[in-house]
Amino acid sequence: MSKRTPLYDRHVGAGGQMVPFGGWDMPLHYGSQLEEHHQVRRHAGIFDVSHMTVVDVGGADATAWLRRLLANDVARLAVGQALYSCMLNEAGGVIDDLIVYRRPDAAPAPYRLVVNAATRDRDLAWMQAAAAGRDVALELRNDLVMLAVQGPRACELAAPLLPEALRPAALALQPFHAVESAAAFIGRTGYTGEDGWEVLLPVAAGLAFWDAALAAGIAPCGLGARDTLRLEAGMNLQGQDMDEQTSPLAAGLAWTVAWEPADRAFTGRPALERERAAGPAVMLAGIMLGGRGVMRRGQRVITASGEGLVTSGGFSPTMNCSIGLARVPVGAAGACEVEIRGVRHPARLLRPPFVRRGRVLVT
Amino acid sequence: MTAVPAELKYTRDHEWLREEGDGTVTVGITDHAQRQLGELVFVELPEAGSTLAAGQGCAVVESVKAASDVYAPLAGTVTAVNAALEQAPGLVNTSPYGEGWLFRFRPATPAAGLLDGAAYQQLLDAEG
Repeated sequence: MSKRTPLYDRHVGAGGQMVPFGGWDMPLHYGSQLEEHHQVRRHAGIFDVSHMTVVDVGGADATAWLRRLLANDVARLAVGQALYSCMLNEAGGVIDDLIVYRRPDAAPAPYRLVVNAATRDRDLAWMQAAAAGRDVALELRNDLVMLAVQGPRACELAAPLLPEALRPAALALQPFHAVESAAAFIGRTGYTGEDGWEVLLPVAAGLAFWDAALAAGIAPCGLGARDTLRLEAGMNLQGQDMDEQTSPLAAGLAWTVAWEPADRAFTGRPALERERAAGPAVMLAGIMLGGRGVMRRGQRVITASGEGLVTSGGFSPTMNCSIGLARVPVGAAGACEVEIRGVRHPARLLRPPFVRRGRVLVT
Repeated sequence: MTAVPAELKYTRDHEWLREEGDGTVTVGITDHAQRQLGELVFVELPEAGSTLAAGQGCAVVESVKAASDVYAPLAGTVTAVNAALEQAPGLVNTSPYGEGWLFRFRPATPAAGLLDGAAYQQLLDAEG
């Protein structure tokens, strides 16, 4: 039996086509995922992301523990700042990618993690094992609803729906910063390449926020649009563009590994150091199809430097062509071919993102 | 409810056929098929004049989710294709039995193995 978020009845009522995702019944779309995609690029959309796992981290050892658990370094965080990081196994493989927020000193726990739904059980087991014997308190926040409002007009349209006391601070947030009160937690973060907020609210307030957002003309958007938006934005999907057998260096995420200070012993560091010294064999690149057709995950990529695979592929509604991410030999660049159902099609490797803030960045 | 026009013939692969009365037959995918596929973003059609073998994959409809082959329901020769789908593949979703037709061909053999509307509806009911 799949789990349902508190918004399940609203999704069904809004015409959502419900599909299983990471153990949850979630809306794929509410009629047209292409239209939902355009709404987010041009106007504003709202996503129910309550299936994602929120874990508050407290205890005297919280900071030291996170500095060991994560490949990025929470010591870099000022209060109100967010950090994207991978959580690695000993071999340097990506157990999950997550966002960690440094909360105000007055907050009951100094850190808040948001991790993926599909890896929830694995993540929690890993974290609990890593916390053994330390003064670390992990609190699962199943009591909260998480909504992402995204798009060029998202903040303007959603601001009146926020608790009044938080409104000015929320509007003044820089990207990857958050503000909170007892009533709400608001981060200027997202998974679309557009401006917007991710808002955490108690259930009743979350339902009211959803209803008011729809009434304000913010379009309900499903997982289908979420996937094409993140792909255009060049953002990885855990389990698809990386997994426990893939290091962040092979997944285009070297920028999220904090090598300094050199004496910070984070899990997976020795394996990553060895890979870095030897030079990674593969890398993640953006790929764009030259003609018509649609690239799909698992298709072969043929480059001058050797063969690779499409890890995420699909149709870009903004660019009106097929784009993807591909794991290819290091050094591969420029013209290549993709084998789609037995036929090789010309394509090009490039550096993601493809689209940011409504603008196409590649030609 | 998916639409199953009674005047059309159907295949078990969820294609429809309409006899045009001039010896040619128009082919498309059914309302059920387009719903299953989701929004189409790309349609690859056979070339006009090309020869089809019965059961041969002769077109591809590709949606936001997946690619799906369209099979030649009978042997024959392609007489026309729906060029509008190149720019507007979504016509297959909005009008599967009308503007979203795929191609027209002249069968080389008499029609065989096709379902009428009632039989196709039964197939859909059986598939649940």
